[in-house]
Amino acid sequence: MAYVVERPKLSLAEKLYFPSILKGLKITLGHFIRLMRGRTKVTMQYPEEKWDASLPAHYRGAPTLVTDEVGRERCVACQLCEFICPPRAITITPEQIPTEDKWAKVEKRPREFKIDMIRCIYCGMCEEVCPEQAIFLRKDYAITGTTREEMVHDKKRLYELGGVRDGLVNKWNELK
Amino acid sequence: MDWFLVLSSLIKISGFTFLVILPFVALSSLAERKVSAYIQDRVGPNRVGVPLTIFGAKKDFPLFGLIQPLADGLKFILKEDLTPKHVRKFYFWLAPALTMVPALLTCAVIPFGSYMNIGGREVKMVIADLNVGPLFTFAIASLGVYGIVLAGWASNSKYPFLGGVRSSSQMISYEIALGLSVVPVLMVFQELNLGMIVEEQDKNGWLLLPLWGEGLSWQRWALLLPMGISFVVFTIAMFAETNRMPFDLPECETELVAGYHTEYSSMKFAMFFLGEYAAMIIGSGLIVTLFLGGWSIPFLPTAELAKTTWWMGLLHMGCFLTKVAAFIFFFMWVRWTLPRFRFDQLMRLGWVFFFELALANVFLTALILMIVKR
Repeated sequence: MAYVVERPKLSLAEKLYFPSILKGLKITLGHFIRLMRGRTKVTMQYPEEKWDASLPAHYRGAPTLVTDEVGRERCVACQLCEFICPPRAITITPEQIPTEDKWAKVEKRPREFKIDMIRCIYCGMCEEVCPEQAIFLRKDYAITGTTREEMVHDKKRLYELGGVRDGLVNKWNELK
Repeated sequence: MDWFLVLSSLIKISGFTFLVILPFVALSSLAERKVSAYIQDRVGPNRVGVPLTIFGAKKDFPLFGLIQPLADGLKFILKEDLTPKHVRKFYFWLAPALTMVPALLTCAVIPFGSYMNIGGREVKMVIADLNVGPLFTFAIASLGVYGIVLAGWASNSKYPFLGGVRSSSQMISYEIALGLSVVPVLMVFQELNLGMIVEEQDKNGWLLLPLWGEGLSWQRWALLLPMGISFVVFTIAMFAETNRMPFDLPECETELVAGYHTEYSSMKFAMFFLGEYAAMIIGSGLIVTLFLGGWSIPFLPTAELAKTTWWMGLLHMGCFLTKVAAFIFFFMWVRWTLPRFRFDQLMRLGWVFFFELALANVFLTALILMIVKR
């Protein structure tokens, strides 16, 4: 059986169309006045106000390299992050640690570690795959530069951003 | 030759157009953005100040975005002025001027103030004290549509063409309602000089607010209904005439990209923009003059005082500009409230509803006047 949709019966006020215009004007004026009086919560004024304080712990910002509590660079240049990186933003040049070095038993370290921040998609796969927990996504989100070269973070810059992170991996400690 | 007349006219012309209308256009473009932002719970432009850092200073001078119109103007001047290959060059160049000039011409008959006593002589604060004020305004204001039609035609592409065609058909259907709705007003005043109309309202109460002088008589209150209808029809027709929001079909972005000025860029586009806003200001000025007492201060008939002093005239000018500004706010308020009409709705509204209403209103006013004046 066919189902008949009831047509709504319009009242005279609705047919005239004019009262609804006035109603609409009232709503918009209400919004206008509320904002003028500062009652409306408006958007954040970005460069002056920032949301840094309320960033969640798991926020994925710029990937950085970290050193451990004794100042050893954690990265052992295994290149897993380079291989997993979906946009291929990471380029690592490994080198051997000289035998006279204190950390010679670690064998490998990166001579150069480059992350192209134009390519990086902040997915966090590098952090996930790192067996040494040497690469971490920090909370820096405003990565800017005026040239392409500036946007490629080299080893120095990465350690600068990453800083020290202690705990977690004790594999290479002398005590062990 | 009366050098005083020539000089005062020149000052009035340049002062009113360049120091009042054009700054008003600039400020209303900022106000438009601010009002739209506030209505939509946003902040709107609030950055542009005096960029002192360019000149080596430590900090910019913030002005809460008040310099925005200047920045806009600078941007318009610096943009590439593109003339596409497929256009009719002569008409393409002519069209923006044809939109702006009529809009600025109509301000000649709007009385923006009462009198000013300069060196013992009364100077009437209107550029051309014509005895056919409203007729002159209608005659010139409807020329503005030629600019739009020409722009649509000369652009030689689909969207501008549609915009131009829409504009002309819309103009025809609303010009009638506009003209007819003002007839009852002129019947009541028995006067076609806008300056005299305002003086009458100054003495005896505004047309829509007869609360002092002779306005308190029952005769005037009996006329309030037809005057109200006139006001509503006139205002709505003015919205259509100036292509403002519920009737901005000639340029509606969602259907026609940018309508008649799709092919225009840089200062030529700015001319359309200027013309549109100038038309809005003059339209508001006309509505204020006819219905809301022009330069007169409510409850205080002060036209005589203005003839002997210089400060009263300034006060009247301020009063007029305040009213116009309030009406411009109304224009914007409506723009950010109502959705655009469909084109057939627009035509229906113009031909079937407003035309008849305005026509019936003429007879209603005549009837009431016949009873009242007896």
